[in-house]
Amino acid sequence: MNPVSLAVDMRGISKHFGGVQALVEVDLQIEAGEIHALLGGNGAGKSTILKILNGVHVPDTGTVKVFGQTIDEYSPEASRRAGIAMIYQEMSLIPSLNVAQNVFLTREAKTRLGLVDDRMAERKASEFFQMLEVDIDPRALVADLGAGQRQLTEIVKAISQNARVLVLDEPSTTLSVSDVEKLFALLHRLRAQGVAIVYVSHRMDEIARVAERATILRDGRRITTAPMSELPMELMIEHIVGKRSGGLSAMERKKSKVGEPLFELERVSGVRKPKGITLTVHRGEVVGIAGLLGSGRSSLARVLFGIDPLIEGEIRIEGCPAAIAKPKNAIDAGMVLVPELRALQGLILPHSVASNMTLGVLDRVSNRWIVNRRAVRQATAAQVRNLDIKAASQAHSVSTLSGGNQQKVVIGKWMAADPNILLLDEPTAGIDIGSKAEVIRLIRELAGRGKAILMISSELNELLVACDRIAVMSKGRLSRVLDREDLDRSEIPAADPVRGLQAAEQELLARIQLDLTPGSEASVH
Amino acid sequence: MSTRNSPGTPVWHPRSLMANWRQNIIYIGFVIIFVFFAVTLNDKGFLNPNNLLNIVRQTAMIAVMAIAMTFVLSSGEIDLSVGAVAGLTSVTVAMAIDAGGMAFGICAGIATGIAVGVFNGILTTRVGIPSFLTTLAMMGIAKGVAMWISDTAAVPIINPTYSWLFGGGSVGKIPVLLFWMLLLGAAGHFFLKRSTFGRRVLATGGNETAARYSGIDTRSVKFRVLIVSSMAAALAGMLYAGRLHSGRFQLGEGDELSVIAAAVLGGTSLFGGYGTVIGTIVGALMIGLINNGLILMGLEFSQQLIARGGIIILAVALSQKRN
Repeated sequence: MNPVSLAVDMRGISKHFGGVQALVEVDLQIEAGEIHALLGGNGAGKSTILKILNGVHVPDTGTVKVFGQTIDEYSPEASRRAGIAMIYQEMSLIPSLNVAQNVFLTREAKTRLGLVDDRMAERKASEFFQMLEVDIDPRALVADLGAGQRQLTEIVKAISQNARVLVLDEPSTTLSVSDVEKLFALLHRLRAQGVAIVYVSHRMDEIARVAERATILRDGRRITTAPMSELPMELMIEHIVGKRSGGLSAMERKKSKVGEPLFELERVSGVRKPKGITLTVHRGEVVGIAGLLGSGRSSLARVLFGIDPLIEGEIRIEGCPAAIAKPKNAIDAGMVLVPELRALQGLILPHSVASNMTLGVLDRVSNRWIVNRRAVRQATAAQVRNLDIKAASQAHSVSTLSGGNQQKVVIGKWMAADPNILLLDEPTAGIDIGSKAEVIRLIRELAGRGKAILMISSELNELLVACDRIAVMSKGRLSRVLDREDLDRSEIPAADPVRGLQAAEQELLARIQLDLTPGSEASVH
Repeated sequence: MSTRNSPGTPVWHPRSLMANWRQNIIYIGFVIIFVFFAVTLNDKGFLNPNNLLNIVRQTAMIAVMAIAMTFVLSSGEIDLSVGAVAGLTSVTVAMAIDAGGMAFGICAGIATGIAVGVFNGILTTRVGIPSFLTTLAMMGIAKGVAMWISDTAAVPIINPTYSWLFGGGSVGKIPVLLFWMLLLGAAGHFFLKRSTFGRRVLATGGNETAARYSGIDTRSVKFRVLIVSSMAAALAGMLYAGRLHSGRFQLGEGDELSVIAAAVLGGTSLFGGYGTVIGTIVGALMIGLINNGLILMGLEFSQQLIARGGIIILAVALSQKRN
C-alpha cells in the first residue's frame, strides 16, 4: 500500500485510563477516497481511538499520521487543522441561526464596513450545497430542519472547512430511511472527491451497503481489517462478539402462552400524533411497533404513559378504563416506559446508579417519607445482578458507565417497579449486539411471565426476534398489524435461521414501504 | 464527567475523599481562614468566646435562609426574594404583636411566609415565569409593602418573651439563635439526604425531564420548595425582629446574595441536582467569619467589601471541577 495514499495512518496506538487498558497496539489505516467502517461492541475501544484521532485524548504509545504528516500535538484544534472533522450524534448546529450562518459560524463573510454579510454567506453556502448536490435552502432556520437535513448541513459545513477525513459516529440512528439514502448518496460523492470517511455504526446492514473496508475492534485490540466482501454478516458478528452464538438470528423464538387482553387501546389520539390507534396487547404477548422516524411511535408511547395528553379515545387495563393524566397514574396502574432518549428522559446522569435505579419506586423503598437506604441498596443490587450491569459501585454516578450499561440501568429502574405492562421505546439503542441479545431474551422472559409488552424499535431484525405481532405505524396512524409467522417464508428451511431472519426482514421492510406514498416524506417530520 | 459522589449514597472508596478535595474545599478553607484569623488577630480578641458567639448571632439568619436555599438551588430554581421577605415579615410580626400579642404575631409571620411562597410558586410553576424573574419581582413587591404598611418607620416590639425566643435570648452563654440554626440545619440535612422529598428535589434539579418520566410531579416539587424558602425567609425576619426588638423594612436587605453565596460556597450547584445542607451552614459561617475578621483587622467598610468578594470568588473558583 502506498503510504502517501493513506489519509489516516495510526500505528501501534495504546491508551489506558487508570487501570483500564482501553487500546492495545491498535493499527487503523484509512485510504483517501474510501468509506471505512469501524466496528466493535461497547467498550471495544471505538470511541477512544476516534477521540485520539480527534485530538481529545493523547495516546500512550503509537503514531498518528494524516496524509503523511505526523501529528505531534493532540488537540481538537490541531486535528481540525489537519483536516479531520467529527460529525457527532449530538448535532453541533445552533438552532436559532439559519443554515448559511451555521456553515460560516466564526468565519463570517464581512462587508466593506466590517459588518456581517449574510447575503454573501448564503451565496457561498448555496454553492457548496449545489456542488455536493444537497437540496437544502441555506436561508432555512436550522430549528425547522429535520434530523436528516441537519446532519447533511453538518457534513457540508465540515467540507467547507476543508475537512478531508470525516468521522461519522452512528449517523443513521435518528434518520428515516429516505434520509439515510440521502446521507449515503452524499458520502459516495465525497468519496469520489477523495475524502476519507470513517463510519461507525451498530447497524451491520448499513455498513455492508456503504463501506468498502472495515476494521473490527474487540477489547481494545484490532481483530481484523478486511474488505467488506470478505466479511459476511455472520463473520462480522463473530469478530465483534468473539464467539459464534452472538447473532440475533441464533436466538430461539419461543412462543409464550398468550392470555386474555391486558392492555387495550381504543381510538387513542394525541394532539397531533398518534391518530386513532386501536390495538390490544394480551398477557404474555410482545407487540412490536415498526415505522419510520416521525411516524408517531414515540408519541404513542408518551400519550399512553401520561406525558403527552390523551385527546381522544380510551385506554383499558384488564378491561377497566384507566385514567392516565400523568406518569404517576401509569406507574400506579402497573405500566412503565423505557423512554427513547436515555440521557434526556431516562437517567439523571450525574446521580448514582442506586439513586437512578430507585427513582421510579421511591415510595416502595421508603418507610412513609424516609428513604430506607438498605431497601435502596437491595433493590439496586437485585437489578445489577439480574441485568449484569457493569458499574464500579452503586454509588458511582451513572455518567461513568458505558452506554450499554446506562441503558441497562434504565431498564432495571423499571424492572424494579415489577410492572404488568411495559412500553419499550428503542430499548436497545446504542448498545452492542451481545447486550442486545440479552435485552431481547429478557423481554421474552417477561412475556413468558404474563406481562404485556409494547416494543418500539427501528431495528427490524430485533422486532422480528422479539415480537409475536408487529404493528406498522405511518404518519400517526396504525396502518397494519402483522402476525410474526406471516413474515416467515415457507421455502427457507427452519434449520437456516440466518437466512430466515433476513428474508423476514425484507418482507417486513417491504410492508412498511407499502404504506409510504411517493412525496409523503416531507410531511413526516 | 462528574466525580462527585451522588446524593443519598455513602462514599465507598477511601480514595474518593482525596479525589474530591475540590468538593471539600469549603471545610478546608474554613479551617485555614479560622487558623489564619486566630493567629493574626489573637491580640484583638478573635478567639474570645464572646466574639465567636457574635459570629454565630450575625450568621444565624443567613444560615436559616441558606438551608432552604439549598433545596431551591438543588431543584434547579432560585429565590431572590428572601432578604426582602425577611424585612417584610419583621414588620408584619412587629405590627401583629402590637395589635394582638405574641401568638398573633407568630401567626402573622408564618402567614406572610406562606402567602409569599404560594405567590412565587403559582407564578413559577403554573404561569411558567422563571423563578429568577418571579422572585426578583417579589423582592421589590415585598420591600414596597413593608415600607408602605410601616410608613418606612421602625415598628417597636415590646414583648420580652418573643424577643428572647426569636433571636435575643441565650441559655447561659449560648445564644438561642444557635439552637435555631442547629435545629433547622439538622432537619434540612435529614430531609435533603434521607427523605423521599429530598430525593425528588435532587432528581428534579438533576434532570427535570427524566424526573417527570419517572413519575415525579416536578411542578409540585418546585412549588413546595419555593414555599419552604419563603417560610425560612419569614422565620429569618422573625429572628431579626426579635433580636433588634423591632420590625424594619431594611432588615435582611441584600441578604439574598449572602444566602446564595453561602449555599454555593458549601458546594450546592447553582444549576440543580446537587446540594448539601452541612456545606451550606459551613458556608454561612465562613462568610460570618470573614466579615468578623476583616472588621477586627480594622479594614474600612469599602475594603471589607472588596476583600470579602475576593475570598468568595477564590473559594468558589477552587471548588469548581476542572474538565
